[in-house]
Amino acid sequence: MIKINNLHKKFGKLVVLDGLDLEINSGGIFAILGPNGSGKTTLIKSILGMVIPNAGDIKINEQSVLKKWEYRNQINYLPQIANFPVNLSVKELISMVKNLRPKKANDTDLIKLFSLEPFLDKKLGNLSGGTKQKVNLVLTFMFDSELIILDEPTTGLDPIALIHLKELIQKEKSKGKTILITSHIMSFVEEVAGEIVFLLDGEIYFKGSIVDLKKQTNQVDLEHAIANLIAKENV
Amino acid sequence: MFKILKYSFYDLMRSRWSYVYFAFYLALGFVLLFLNNDINKAIITLLNIIIVLTPLIGTIFGVMYFYNSKEFTELLLAQPIKRSTIFIGQYLGISISLTLSLVLGLGIPFLMYGLFKSSAIFDFGLLLVVGSFLNFIFVALAFNVALSNVNKIKGFGYAILMWLFLAVIYDGAFLISLIVFNEYPLDKYSLFATMFNPIDLSRILILLKLDISALLGYTGAVFKKFFGTNFGLFVSLFVMVLWVIFPVWRINRKLRKKDF
Repeated sequence: MIKINNLHKKFGKLVVLDGLDLEINSGGIFAILGPNGSGKTTLIKSILGMVIPNAGDIKINEQSVLKKWEYRNQINYLPQIANFPVNLSVKELISMVKNLRPKKANDTDLIKLFSLEPFLDKKLGNLSGGTKQKVNLVLTFMFDSELIILDEPTTGLDPIALIHLKELIQKEKSKGKTILITSHIMSFVEEVAGEIVFLLDGEIYFKGSIVDLKKQTNQVDLEHAIANLIAKENV
Repeated sequence: MFKILKYSFYDLMRSRWSYVYFAFYLALGFVLLFLNNDINKAIITLLNIIIVLTPLIGTIFGVMYFYNSKEFTELLLAQPIKRSTIFIGQYLGISISLTLSLVLGLGIPFLMYGLFKSSAIFDFGLLLVVGSFLNFIFVALAFNVALSNVNKIKGFGYAILMWLFLAVIYDGAFLISLIVFNEYPLDKYSLFATMFNPIDLSRILILLKLDISALLGYTGAVFKKFFGTNFGLFVSLFVMVLWVIFPVWRINRKLRKKDF
């Protein structure tokens, strides 16, 4: 599904991605992990075309996506921090995004699921962080796309919303979607992700199942296994 | 692009500043007309205000909007929309809403005063055209500055500096150069120097039309001698169009390499 070849990205002198190669097959949940500043968000934004790589190629379904934009219709993206235009109301924002995509949207069910009805007419600038994240989730999941990219989806969510989020992710997986998730909450990753992609120093340091990772690092839980991976590099 | 334009436009219309700007021009129009009691005189006073003020407002609005709508822009960038569409849509949204404030704000008092019965209607029309051009030019220049500077404060500073340069410093430097080199023939030099400043160009454009030689100044006189009134008008309007096209082209070019 996604094939990334020798991807390089520098911000000034800071090398973020250094010849990254990655292949992600269609269907399943992939967790992209790595320490802070390891290039997770840069990788995701490169796939979305928001960051322009210095070198390398990104292919989705055998087609290079660099300098293109139509392919984004097949991607649902949840940005890391839910920052929306403060002057718009929730309803207006949802209808705006619906208007911008030539696709059928299923927002009513999601609004009900996250109990957002009372907030529909409120301005986005007046919402709490968690509520904004719920709006963010509605915007992401209301379209039916092959690829779903979630950047820190759990930020600010209450336990009930978190349960709904996990259900949503499983539902999309059962439909055969490819889901990329970044998160620092290891229990969440362990619960939802099928495969782990571990980024370090701008390259893929580990790719495989959670069981393999635990075996390789001789750890019983994921949190320690990841900590082990990061620590090994620092020694 | 129309969708983006529409949302940017509504967004601005909803913010208080568009109304403040509109109200300011409305008040200015009324005050000038009733103090001067003469449409022609009011137009000349207005010229001096428009030529300095519209670029300033255009610059500030352009930079402010660019930085303030960062989140909105990022939201749009993840949608299946071309980059240039997003930014050109936003650019047109700001420029059009500013131009609307200008045209309506000044148009209403002048219409009420009996503009249609006056021979000054074409002069006034040209004044609005020039004001609109200045809006489009300076919003585009502001976008250029903002695109090149990630740091908000820096971007704002450079944009204001750019306005100050074109509105004040350029003229000063130009005058000094005329004094220093006054032993040489300066006709062509001054002609070209004017073309490189949209504010000077607008001033000459209006003054050519009003045909007030006393106010034309050196460059204006050269302009008139060189091009004649009608051809001069045409040339300066054409250069104004170039002044819109070039910054917009650079916005597009800059966008291709920009990371968000």
